[in-house]
Amino acid sequence: MLRGKFKKTETLPAGEDFPESAFPTGGIPDTGKKNGKNRSRKEIPGGLFRKCDACRKILYEEDIRENWYCCPECGKNFRIDPWTRIRMLTDKGSFEEWDRELAGDDPLAFPGYEEKLQSTRERTGLTEAVVTGKASIRGSRTALGVMSPDFIMGSMGTAVGEKITRMVERATAERLPVILFCCSGGARMQEGIFSLMQMAKTSQALKRHDEAGLLYVSVLTDPTTGGVTASFAMLGDVILAEPGALIGFAGARVIRQTIGQKLPEGFQSAEFLQKHGFVDRIVRREQMRTTLGVLLQSCACR
Amino acid sequence: MEQKTEQVRTTWDRVQTAREEKRPHASDYIAKIFDGFMELRGDRLFGDDRAVIGGIAGIGKRYVTVIGQQKGRSAKENRHRNFGMMKPEGYRKALRLMKQADKFGRPVILFIDTPGAFCGVDAEERGQGEAIARNLFEMAGLRVPVLAIVIGEGGSGGALALGVANEVWMLENSIYSVLSPEGFAAILWKDGKRVEEAAEVMKITADELCEAGIVEKVIPEPEAADREHMDDLAGYIKQEILNFLGRYDAMTPEEILNQRYERFRRMAVPGSV
Ligand SMILES: [Zn+2]
Repeated sequence: MLRGKFKKTETLPAGEDFPESAFPTGGIPDTGKKNGKNRSRKEIPGGLFRKCDACRKILYEEDIRENWYCCPECGKNFRIDPWTRIRMLTDKGSFEEWDRELAGDDPLAFPGYEEKLQSTRERTGLTEAVVTGKASIRGSRTALGVMSPDFIMGSMGTAVGEKITRMVERATAERLPVILFCCSGGARMQEGIFSLMQMAKTSQALKRHDEAGLLYVSVLTDPTTGGVTASFAMLGDVILAEPGALIGFAGARVIRQTIGQKLPEGFQSAEFLQKHGFVDRIVRREQMRTTLGVLLQSCACR
Repeated sequence: MEQKTEQVRTTWDRVQTAREEKRPHASDYIAKIFDGFMELRGDRLFGDDRAVIGGIAGIGKRYVTVIGQQKGRSAKENRHRNFGMMKPEGYRKALRLMKQADKFGRPVILFIDTPGAFCGVDAEERGQGEAIARNLFEMAGLRVPVLAIVIGEGGSGGALALGVANEVWMLENSIYSVLSPEGFAAILWKDGKRVEEAAEVMKITADELCEAGIVEKVIPEPEAADREHMDDLAGYIKQEILNFLGRYDAMTPEEILNQRYERFRRMAVPGSV
């Protein structure tokens, strides 16, 4: 039945640690000079060195870049902005952005929120906390959304919910898979109940995408919490996570207050979620492109 | 608007009313509104969450599926009911019963009354986020009419997980919010004492949410709801439920699905759709 349908062009990843020789060619990260304005607060003046917030070693920025923005010493996955992620993942020049201009407003007229949005836009060069569009990954076409840890903690307000919903609806109409890199502190509190409703709006769009027989892969990156965990993050046909990512519904501090006791070792880490059955694979950054490429191809059989 | 809340009652007054002990709970409404209720229990995966009750009930010579978040009154009862804070097995039980309703063509009536989904180690281990997400996703596929009524507190994703309905109504003194006013003040102002101010700015009252298009109907409470004197209120809600069922009788499953989809699809950036 599968004769002629099974394209034998990919090397299937064997185990958790499939060899680096399975790398795609051309997958070397773009060292992206444009990245200059996205400086981390922890950066040491001069921009050449950075201290790892996990192992505390002093690192060359260049070494970090060449190591897929992970610590060369301890392997910590540093948070990265959407455009760096898109460059690392997609076939060169294939990304076409959707709804670039779509911006939220201030439904509660919450004091200081307009100003915060404005200054965040200037600092990050992003309009909102998610970039959406279409790309190809190892030759397979897909809709792709990437959330930004820098934009009000990647929180989901009406604009984020609307951009993701439009992406999913368009993917359904164009019969494209959806890959969504989640990274969020949860619902955007400054937009109150309107943020909460985005959980339902995005989930119902994914339901229709699912019913159309299309693939959805969610990739959980550090951090994925709250209302994003309780909606599209947990709805993937396949759920991937980056090593060490914080993933959970309730905040650890809230839980500690509720139960009044210490939390278990590694609580709410990607590894903890995998152990409890909520993550298919933990994927190192340099393997992400191959893994997604295989998934896209394996689900395009019909 | 400002003047009205000043004169009548502040939002913070309403928050406290919504949490009052004498306020009727889901089981009180179920007993008063429906002709019999047969509880069905368990999620078939892990256990039976007592913070939520569900089953088959009769109303107006037909069967419906009724599910309600259930608070307790005494300390003992609240321990048993976990203060109406559901765990993953509760959301999975509710979903099982909703899918059963879908299979047999029974409309679904939901009563929302929770401070929020339970925050704890066991809930996280069993996938609280996944359980809520799954409900949002699967409720979008129900082919029967779904009505959700917020009777007390509609706390965050824990409430929304029973709120993907064709219509959502709120009792006049109930609240529906992304987070408690206490949590909101603590997170955004680092000052848990500014709860009254938080309650005002958050738009959490039935009137405000009806005006904003988040809910369809406000159920009036001439007197703040009291379980000792709730016959008129229950009678009014019963009649409204019967009207709701009548309205959806004429619709095909596809129309019901599409109407629910459009209801949430509209909740976008103003002017963007
Ligand atoms: Zn390190």
